[in-house]
Amino acid sequence: MAEITLEKVVKKYGALGVVHGIDLTIAHQEFVVLVGPSGCGKSTTLRMIAGLEDITGGLVRIGGQVVNDLPPRKRNISMVFQNYALYPHMNVRDNLGFGLKIAGQSPAEITRRVAEAADILGLAPLLDRTPAELSGGQRQRVAMGRAIVRNPDAFLFDEPLSNLDAKLRGQMRAEIKKLHQKVKTTVVYVTHDQVEAMTLADRIVVMRDGQIEQVGTPMEVFNHPVSTFVATFIGSPPMNLLPGTIAGQTVRLADGTEVPVPDRLKDFVHDGMAVQLGIRPDDISPVGHGLSQDGPGAEVALTVDLAEPLGMESLIYTRLAGQEVQAKLYGPRIAAPGEVLTFRLALDRAHLFDAATGKSVRVR
Amino acid sequence: MIRALTTRRTELAPFLLLLPAVATMLFVVALPLIFSLWTSLTPYKLTKPNTLYDFIGLTNYIRIFGDWDFWEAFLRTIAFLTVAINVEFALGLGIALLINKITWGQRGLRTIMMFPMMFSPILVGFQFKFLFNDHIGVVNNALQSLGLTDQAIPWLVDAKLAMFSITLAEVWMSTSVFAILLLAGLFAMPRDPLEAAKVDGCNSWQVFRHITLPFLMPFAYIAMAIRSLDVARAYDLVAVMTDGGPAGRTELLWTLVARVGYDEAKMGQANAMAYVSTILSVLFTWYFYRKLVAARRYMGGAE
Ligand SMILES: Nc1ncnc2c1ncn2[C@@H]1O[C@H](COP(=O)(O)OP(=O)(O)O)[C@@H](O)[C@H]1O
Ligand SMILES: [Mg+2]
Repeated sequence: MAEITLEKVVKKYGALGVVHGIDLTIAHQEFVVLVGPSGCGKSTTLRMIAGLEDITGGLVRIGGQVVNDLPPRKRNISMVFQNYALYPHMNVRDNLGFGLKIAGQSPAEITRRVAEAADILGLAPLLDRTPAELSGGQRQRVAMGRAIVRNPDAFLFDEPLSNLDAKLRGQMRAEIKKLHQKVKTTVVYVTHDQVEAMTLADRIVVMRDGQIEQVGTPMEVFNHPVSTFVATFIGSPPMNLLPGTIAGQTVRLADGTEVPVPDRLKDFVHDGMAVQLGIRPDDISPVGHGLSQDGPGAEVALTVDLAEPLGMESLIYTRLAGQEVQAKLYGPRIAAPGEVLTFRLALDRAHLFDAATGKSVRVR
Repeated sequence: MIRALTTRRTELAPFLLLLPAVATMLFVVALPLIFSLWTSLTPYKLTKPNTLYDFIGLTNYIRIFGDWDFWEAFLRTIAFLTVAINVEFALGLGIALLINKITWGQRGLRTIMMFPMMFSPILVGFQFKFLFNDHIGVVNNALQSLGLTDQAIPWLVDAKLAMFSITLAEVWMSTSVFAILLLAGLFAMPRDPLEAAKVDGCNSWQVFRHITLPFLMPFAYIAMAIRSLDVARAYDLVAVMTDGGPAGRTELLWTLVARVGYDEAKMGQANAMAYVSTILSVLFTWYFYRKLVAARRYMGGAE
């Protein structure tokens, strides 16, 4: 059982605060992804769990035991680094077996477990090569193999895929997910890539400036972002935000356009409130080319400024209420610049944020 | 026809351009080498220039290989080289690790560390000769004042102590070569494998033993290649401190060569010894260079 809990964890470098009191519980065998823009303190948090950084304040527990003062080797965790961090002077076999050798396992046991890990990751043909003789993807695989042979309580990943090209990154992402299904272990995974976060996580932790902005399953974070920060960070292309004011049952946008307040948000707004209307590109589509045809919506005629055809769908740049927004056209149809189309806004899926705080109107 | 001529000319161009370099090499390296090789095959005596033309084959070589004095100097040189280089490596490594830990005043220390290298080996020899002098030397003086001994220790007179003193002077003078190169290695060391090793279960000693040290070895081999050439040709320190004495018990290859060549004027035989010594240095250097190349092969994967 390896549940990881962080209680009011603080990290300071001298006077500079980097992590400002994080509370988080990661369940046994859960795959948690810390995501956020670069510099928000994800790696620092992960390294405090690993024991590679001192913890300035608060408690870190692994499997119930407070580990603040334990060195990394006593925490029974494995870590995969962004730059692979393989041992350059050892071949793949010795890289994989190193932790076991240090732990004093018998040569027979080491051979058996290295073979097992090599099998899982398809490393068997590479066992006698040195890291210098491997490609980036292969090195990454070895780094993962080294993490799994030791059978640790938890895996920590720090941006493991960011040095790989896009195609390989997609493959490795799928492999990591498969790996977690095979080797059920607690995983804490750090990335700045929201696609990795969405695809891999059981739960996403969105971080911002050393604090946790939102914790939830990928669908919770996607469907119910608590702030404009999360709304624009998760999901690609990012959610469109349109400033406006609440006027009775409608949101009056900057140019006077009025759209109805979504039913589910009616109780959370009051007259005259300054808000931002958030609506994802997927929810602005030409009539007949959207994802949802029913439910409450509003129809507006918009001019196509630019269309980026992607095959089965096109990304469309247009202007709504005086502001550039992105929209999606589903189906193999070409939209030409200058063309005026009737777009349907799927307002049941729209969001409202308090303009002053950036928080969703649903959270108080 | 014209075409053929121009191609011929372009083919020649590289060789023409190389000619000055080749000529210089011939003159500076090849000629002296051939000349000394020739003299080692003659009974050449400095005092009788005509002996330069008597070819006597391998007689000089056969004579030195049958000469126990030569073998003693040969083995002593190897022992001296082995001990000096290992001690310098160990001390240099310790110094480099310590300096690498220091955050304040590191630059100053790095400079101070290089001081011993700035002195001429002859002066270092003289200095140690005075330090170790049995009557007026500082070392004996200090030992006696501290009451650690009541006799004058014959540092440069007793055969074993004399070799020890020479080694000490050598180590004092050249440890910084190792320290500097190993420090450069520590600066270049990537942090990630160290952290990976910590997570993999290593304590500080194991991290050093399994990760840091292998990473530093190429740097150590560079230092060893340089130093083995240097120590194998050691002459000045010994000549000044003991002049090979007492009774030839600190004689190294090159002091022996000089003695046979200049004091006894047997240049032919001295050159035969010199050839053997040179081959010895080359072998040591080649050995460390091989180690370096082997170690560097995997360092491509360090980043
Ligand atoms: N050793 C350090 N000394 C001072 N500041 C640091 C140090 N390491 C990281 N930081 C700062 O801490 C912040 C968070 O860093 P990090 O956790 O690496 O961010 P992330 O992994 O989310 O990109 C950054 O602003 C970074 O500059
Ligand atoms: Mg980071």
